[in-house]
Amino acid sequence: MYVAVKGGERAIDNAHRLLEQKRRGDPAVPELTLEQISEQLALACDRVMAEGSLYDRELAALAVKQARGDLVEAIFLVRAYRTTLPRFGASEPIDTGAMEIRRRISAAFKDLPGGQVLGPTFDYTHRLLDTTLGESPSPRLRGEGRERSERGEGDSPHSRAPGDPPSPGAFGADLSAQAGRGESSAMPRVTDILGNDGLIEPCPPGEADAPVGDLTRAPLTFPAARDLRLQNLARGDEGFLLALGYSTQRGYGRTHPFAGEIRLGEVEVEFMAEEVGFAVPLGAITVTECQMINQFHGSSTEPPQFTRGYGLAFGHCERKVMAMALVDRALRADDLGEERKGPAQNEEFVLSHSDNVQATGFVEHLKLPHYVDFQSELVLIRRMRAEIAAAGETQREAAE
Amino acid sequence: MAVLAQATTDEIAAALAALGPPPAHVEVRPAETGLVMVRGRIGGDGAPFNLGEATATRCAVQLASGEIGFGYVLGRDGDKARLAALADALWQSADYQMAVEQNVVGPLRARQHARLARSRDETAATKVDFFTLVRGDN
Repeated sequence: MYVAVKGGERAIDNAHRLLEQKRRGDPAVPELTLEQISEQLALACDRVMAEGSLYDRELAALAVKQARGDLVEAIFLVRAYRTTLPRFGASEPIDTGAMEIRRRISAAFKDLPGGQVLGPTFDYTHRLLDTTLGESPSPRLRGEGRERSERGEGDSPHSRAPGDPPSPGAFGADLSAQAGRGESSAMPRVTDILGNDGLIEPCPPGEADAPVGDLTRAPLTFPAARDLRLQNLARGDEGFLLALGYSTQRGYGRTHPFAGEIRLGEVEVEFMAEEVGFAVPLGAITVTECQMINQFHGSSTEPPQFTRGYGLAFGHCERKVMAMALVDRALRADDLGEERKGPAQNEEFVLSHSDNVQATGFVEHLKLPHYVDFQSELVLIRRMRAEIAAAGETQREAAE
Repeated sequence: MAVLAQATTDEIAAALAALGPPPAHVEVRPAETGLVMVRGRIGGDGAPFNLGEATATRCAVQLASGEIGFGYVLGRDGDKARLAALADALWQSADYQMAVEQNVVGPLRARQHARLARSRDETAATKVDFFTLVRGDN
């Protein structure tokens, strides 16, 4: 237990001023803008949005900047901010089947309708540091200004609005020219393809007006339903889920997973606004989804079917949703009549420790003054030692 | 409304400015920022669950002629919600509907389609055909 202390105001003020200075770093180095963080450290912003459980790129970039790149601190800032806003309500469930896909792969099917598109991925890179990125501007981007001016594009604010893709040629080769139709092919879910043959368990749509669990409104109790488990995992710490997912692969609750499908892209968010009278489109958000296909489950009445684990999170966060899908499947042990053998199958353990804001709060609170507590421990240990010493003395006297 | 939600504040402002000065209107509900809990579905197509929140801003304006327009947009930009609400109100007004469709919604939609087409082409360029190799006899 920590207790309130007084004093130290000047030291605290000075520490905060020093933090300001350190955050800014060498003033001779240009200051980062939020646009730079959002555009060039995009995956850091995505992680802050996913685990901060708040979709707002600009706020995520601000949090990354304020936290000096400490993402758990940034997530904390975002979580604190969200408590200051009223909630209008809940959206209509997003339809990831209608996603505007920028990446979609399957490790289970080689040839699947719509094909496999790699999109912007680190996969198949050699993981060799690229020293040319250390030069400024990066050589691969140097053509951009010249080509733009040749095509008569100026830099007026409306020539390229934020969100517009950069001009072709900016990245050496005009990727769009290689395909050049501007169309997207239909990409049915891999789970639907298996579902059509009854080879995989279906996901029941649930009753239309059934309440949806919300752990931001009511404390988590156990056993937790799958909606609450997924909400918890979607905002859970990537590192924690990654380690747990990995543990299931190494045998602590094995589920025999295949990455049935991973897709990244934009989905429309619609909100039922009472005064308007219909579901209003609010805009699009980026999400990553993982459908993990796992080994069979069957019974005396049901033929064996593949089982499923599901991962979904804000932004581009493939590792996170894969780990989430592994853990989601592991947590279904009880539902599927499996013996719980590993930590990843223990929902109380997983769900109580997945939140990095809660975790960092409790771990880091150890820094706060525990002086009184520690004093009592000191008194106690001195008394115990004195008693043992006294007892020894008595024994020795008795022996003599 | 989908087109307006996807557009940037500057784009809507520039498009509306092209219509000339807007008719008299009042904000019946000033721009307000809040949260919308975004829901997903278990397994992508199952029962809903709460994925996480998103910031959203709403606004309602009323023209002197009575039409009420609503602006609902992701993010915290009050100007964008106000402009979207104004465009929505004007679209409902017989005097302005054609002009809004031609000068605001049409061009914004075309611009968004162009963006989308480029993005789709970039994505399509990364389409792969994996083929499995047959192992040798030994």
